[in-house]
Amino acid sequence: MLSALFFYLFATMCVGAGVMVIAAKNPVHAVLYLIFAFFNAAGLFVLLGAEFIAMILVVVYVGAVMVLFLFVVMMLDVNFAELRAGFLKYLPVGAIVGILLLVELVFVVGAWLTAPDLIRDAPTPPASEMSNTQALGELLYTRYVYLFEAAGLILLVAMIGAIVLTLHHKRDVRRQSVAAQVGRTRETAIEVVQVETGKGLK
Amino acid sequence: MVEFWTNYGWPTALIVAHSVALIVVLLIVVAFVLYADRKVWAAVQMRRGPNVVGPFGLWQSFADLLKFVFKEVIIPAGSNKGLFLMAPIITAGLAISAWAVMPVDKGWAVADINVGVLYIFAISSLQVYGVIIAGWASNSKYAFLAALRSAAQMVSYEVSLGFVIITALLVAGSLNLTDIVMAQDRGWGLLGWYWLPLFPMFVIFFISMLAETNRPPFDLLEAESELVAGFMVEYSSTPYMLFMLGEYVAIILLCGLGTVLFLGGWLPPFPVAPFTWIPGVLWFVLKVGFLFFLVSMVKAMVPRYRYDQLMRLGWKVFLPLSLAAVVVVAAVLRLWQYGI
Repeated sequence: MLSALFFYLFATMCVGAGVMVIAAKNPVHAVLYLIFAFFNAAGLFVLLGAEFIAMILVVVYVGAVMVLFLFVVMMLDVNFAELRAGFLKYLPVGAIVGILLLVELVFVVGAWLTAPDLIRDAPTPPASEMSNTQALGELLYTRYVYLFEAAGLILLVAMIGAIVLTLHHKRDVRRQSVAAQVGRTRETAIEVVQVETGKGLK
Repeated sequence: MVEFWTNYGWPTALIVAHSVALIVVLLIVVAFVLYADRKVWAAVQMRRGPNVVGPFGLWQSFADLLKFVFKEVIIPAGSNKGLFLMAPIITAGLAISAWAVMPVDKGWAVADINVGVLYIFAISSLQVYGVIIAGWASNSKYAFLAALRSAAQMVSYEVSLGFVIITALLVAGSLNLTDIVMAQDRGWGLLGWYWLPLFPMFVIFFISMLAETNRPPFDLLEAESELVAGFMVEYSSTPYMLFMLGEYVAIILLCGLGTVLFLGGWLPPFPVAPFTWIPGVLWFVLKVGFLFFLVSMVKAMVPRYRYDQLMRLGWKVFLPLSLAAVVVVAAVLRLWQYGI
């Protein structure tokens, strides 16, 4: 019963934070509200018993993606008032996307309610037999291994693409060569010169 | 009413009592860890260190606490007041909350969850928010640039730290911290702990830990001698103290994680009579203390890294090494069934 209490807490916070993401005046505040929403979503996952997904959500989205997001928003001078100017113009598009998502959600939840057999046929073993980390691993690396690898490859391509786009190799810059520095010996580095008085070094 | 008490009241009270006990012990430990850090540093430099407040200066940290608390909180004009005050609370709060899953003895964890390692990793990856928010909310270009610099550093070393943790997880075959410690109990005492088979990973873990918690030689975050105090320039009194507190709690947290992953947690070093009599929590504290001593010695002995060298070490040395180690360890485990 305690979990029901926490469900309502997390769910309310999540929705509230979601509203604040679009309502906040300051873009940095908006991003922070988004982070808060992610946190509450992670809390909901924990309540569902999907603690692995909850932690991954925090590590990947909050710990990595949102940091970059925050960087960009902090450095760009985004004027939200200007962005809001075309609000009514874009309202229909946004409404259509929202309705589509809602319809999909209704389908999913409806199927879940009307045909619970589908859930029973789900390939994961029951939670009592193994932890969900193990269950996810068993599925990802056996049944869905090609899809999993394909997702990894797509990410790799994206990463290489980003590096290629931003890498400018300057030629006239002196770079540190650690091997050369470490490889220096007394013989190659020092030269003892006997300087005669009044002559100086050549 | 009785039902309410057994269903809600008692579990909640128990959790609260556990947490409060942990936090109180943790904060007292931090006070003495800070003192130990200064003493070690002083000893290396042949100074005396804090020696005035109390016997051998033992109460120095408490005197500092009082000093910080009674100073005036200065909030810069034009700063984002709410976030400015939230940042130190986030830093300290996150660092303390990560301790919830740390098993200091068999069954002595506030929450012995299945994904304990991931939880600690998640929390330590959130530490970067304290820094970024502080830098931004200060409304000062120095603080902001320092925050960007530090965030880049923390994000960089998190990657190799993650891979190192994965190698230990592969060998233990569990994400639960208690299970990881139990997997190291193979009857050979300290030879069965993972520091031996995963020694290179232990070294990488230790160095990444320094960078992740912004300890010297990677303290470009703070660099009090040349970059004033990085993202904390505008902070004073209690908020500043919370940053310091969060930093030290995070350091001993990662020392604790190193103890659990590589030094066998609460297990005695020799599984024979006089050593097994000593309670596990004492071994845990001793091991954490040992790791912290190393951290503190590094601070005293190693000069500060240059920023590009720091980035090079993280991305070009540790990342490929630890990534290769994950593959090698996985292959070895598959071929020889080591440890399973």
